[in-house]
Amino acid sequence: MNLKSFLNLIINYGILTTTCLRNLYCKKQFIFLFFILISSPLSFAKEAVPVAENPEIEKRMIILSEELRCLVCQNESLAGSRSDFAKDIRREIREQLLANKSDKEITDFLVARYGDFVLYRPPIRTNTMILWFGPFAFLLIGGILLFLFLKKRRKSFQEVPLTSEQLKQAEDLLKESSNGDNK
Amino acid sequence: MIRYLLPLIAFVILAAFLLVGLNLNPRKVPSPLIGKPAPIFNLQQLHEPENIFKSKDNLGKVWLLNVWASWCASCRDEHPLLVQLAKANVVPIYGLNYKDKRNLAIQWLEQLGDPYTKSIMDPEGRVGIEYGVYGVPETYVIDKSGVIQYKQIGPVTVDVLKKTILPLVKELQG
Repeated sequence: MNLKSFLNLIINYGILTTTCLRNLYCKKQFIFLFFILISSPLSFAKEAVPVAENPEIEKRMIILSEELRCLVCQNESLAGSRSDFAKDIRREIREQLLANKSDKEITDFLVARYGDFVLYRPPIRTNTMILWFGPFAFLLIGGILLFLFLKKRRKSFQEVPLTSEQLKQAEDLLKESSNGDNK
Repeated sequence: MIRYLLPLIAFVILAAFLLVGLNLNPRKVPSPLIGKPAPIFNLQQLHEPENIFKSKDNLGKVWLLNVWASWCASCRDEHPLLVQLAKANVVPIYGLNYKDKRNLAIQWLEQLGDPYTKSIMDPEGRVGIEYGVYGVPETYVIDKSGVIQYKQIGPVTVDVLKKTILPLVKELQG
């Protein structure tokens, strides 16, 4: 039992006792939770196995596959997907990394078979131009429109000079407020 | 007038984009392998594992490579059509049994009929990766010089067969 599963056990036990204290009548729950309690450290031990095989390769594989789309479950990366397809590709990437292939060689290998679609960042090509530069074009168009609009609006305002009476009124108001501050 | 029409025009354009976008099938990803030489493979035959099938032996003829598995539900939908096609004797169909168990595959063919000129197995899906398979069934049309000319993702339907695959095969054979 490692530290992680030991901590897990303590936490589970804490949850168990607090729930049981809250509702005193909980024999069934107690038994149920007891099974969860003993099964959880076991499940922890199982999950960790593949990573330990070669942590270096595993790390690189995950970094690489996070940038790649799983074609079966299209909104997941190859790193995050649990599909069989993603598992196979991860195995393939692992093997190619072990064979000392560079990251670029591996992505090229996958692009040659599955197309640019596997890449979350598509390369800049004529047919991906809109994708890459479209937003900037819209920003530019929007900026120009805004500029023209503001210019036109400014023209519609006319500066009307204040009459001497209005000016005096304003001065009086200012004096009043500054007097108020002094008090 | 234009002041009121502009939002309407903008809305119509947006709606048109959404309409087209929503009707596209995101599962149909164009394969980069079309027009490229089909990956060469040597695999054990399903019925006689001691015999190795070499894809190079098929050079000089037009053939279909059908990727299937006994666990694949739409393969079952597609299968009767393949059996029919095989009976018509127009083009040889080679079956690539993908990530499957041998006994289940054999049982499947016994039950539903065997349309394949030869059956080969790819239990670990390695040849599948070479061919860019990501969902079975998939069917490839490969020409005399071993170039992939067409890829059907998902089951072959009567429509696809009549309108696309058969005319293409005829053209390639001619």
